Amino acid sequence: MADAAVAGPLDGSSLRSSPALVALRRASSIALALAALWGLWEAYRWTWIRLDLTWPFVVDETTMPHIDDIVGSLFEPSRTNGPLLIHVLLDSALFTAKEAAVGFAMGASIGFALGVLLAHSRLLQRGVLPYIVASQTIPILAIAPMVVVGLGSKGVTDWVSVSVISAYLSFFPVTINTVRGLQSADPRALELMRSYAAGPWRVLWKLRVPSSLPFVFSALRVAATASVVGAIVGELPSSIPDGLGGAILNFNQYYTLDPENLWATNLIAALLGISFFVAVLVVERLVVRRAPEHVA
Amino acid sequence: MNADAVVSIQGVTKTFAKANVTALENISVDLLPGEFVSLIGPSGCGKSTLLRVIGDLIEPTTGTVTVNRKSAHEARLARDYGIVFQDSVLFDWRTVAKNIALPLELLGWDRRRRAERVKEMTALVELSGFESHHPWQLSGGMQQRVSIARALAIEPALLLMDEPFGALDEMTRERLNLELLRIWHQLGSTVVFVTHSISEAVFLSTRVVVMSPRPGRIRGIVDVDLPQPRTVQTHENPRFFELVTAVRELLRGIESAEEDGTLESELLAAEEAT
Repeated sequence: MADAAVAGPLDGSSLRSSPALVALRRASSIALALAALWGLWEAYRWTWIRLDLTWPFVVDETTMPHIDDIVGSLFEPSRTNGPLLIHVLLDSALFTAKEAAVGFAMGASIGFALGVLLAHSRLLQRGVLPYIVASQTIPILAIAPMVVVGLGSKGVTDWVSVSVISAYLSFFPVTINTVRGLQSADPRALELMRSYAAGPWRVLWKLRVPSSLPFVFSALRVAATASVVGAIVGELPSSIPDGLGGAILNFNQYYTLDPENLWATNLIAALLGISFFVAVLVVERLVVRRAPEHVA
Repeated sequence: MNADAVVSIQGVTKTFAKANVTALENISVDLLPGEFVSLIGPSGCGKSTLLRVIGDLIEPTTGTVTVNRKSAHEARLARDYGIVFQDSVLFDWRTVAKNIALPLELLGWDRRRRAERVKEMTALVELSGFESHHPWQLSGGMQQRVSIARALAIEPALLLMDEPFGALDEMTRERLNLELLRIWHQLGSTVVFVTHSISEAVFLSTRVVVMSPRPGRIRGIVDVDLPQPRTVQTHENPRFFELVTAVRELLRGIESAEEDGTLESELLAAEEAT
């Protein structure tokens, strides 16, 4: 046919931006950013010690250890004749990851289901949404012990209780964005579905849910990191020693002796959060098919 | 009312209570099988509203609409018509083939039958080879052809088109006009076509319904007796110019009666509010 003017994406991977080159460029920009952060840290350290500045805090080996000492401590025994710190922390991270993954799965599904429910009823939205918002204003530290003790008395394993706390923190953005996403469907497309005499269930699955996916996924990215934070914070007041929360508590006590250990734990915790974020991003790339200009 | 009519509109009035606007007033017209009828008029004359009343997407305040001897509501539930909008309204997350198959999925067709029909439809709109493309990879004209294929996939007796080529450039528009006529000849369906291009209306239609705004009324109906099939040469036929002039005269009568644009914007707001 004559007007076969096929636009961009077919020749998207032109010669000057091959996938390998793109990956290389991305990796080097990440490395550059890390190096810059390292430089900033060390420069700040050096300046404050050199000029004897005490504002906002005194800088010394305890408050700001060298980055290379922090990274180095990962590869030293955590205690005399014990395993390397990195082994201990990876075990803890794995434990926390399990809690967070289960919590994220619960939070995401409950959040989505709640969003679907609220999107279909203005009345329900007005009645329930304020309480959902209020639920997020309660400090997680205040309810975490109650959840662990309460669920524990029902025979629920401690780590599952932590997952529940993590879910509590991650469902909220999913609910809010699901409601928005479901209501973002093109009115013309809704008219089209009506012309096909499609019932509400069909409209939901064939139109509203696919339309909502970009919204839902941007919420899932937030929820993924929130679930890690929720798991760590959930461990703190419930004295669960196996996860990163336990490690943080432990190293916190010995901070004046070994500040590097706590910093190293924070580093691992951050990496865990980032890997959750990236996992959602990868799934999003696979699932959400949109015009390039519509992709966030 | 004519017993053979595919669409029979009897005394239809539509008022938008919120804006207190009468979008349609006492509209009566019958559309016969195989007719190609254009609705034309200045914006706010209710031509899109009338199309939606036929499709049971808007309920008339008074009056009756029958489609295939059923009420418009029953006809919609029986999927008796296909509809094409100004924007193609394709689903970004579906390929061309899956977009065309959407109404077939809703009808519960199995995969094999769907694939066969999609093949026929892509051939009909000359998009074979583009089945696995996504909408954003196609030009505006191609997107609109996918949208036409989707509307025709269920083989409706009636095709409703709401300014389908309004957003396209002149050249694409002319080519798609010819293609639409070819498809219309091939399938023999009845077409209701909303447009505000006089020459497009005359070129395509067997009848042109000219409407006036505030309230939306039928100003006159022009029978287009140009020979079929219409070709590029039809544009040079002296009779073509006469008919264009006839439609224009009817529209001009409306224009001179208009004083200000405030009511028009009110009506547009009312249409959007529904």
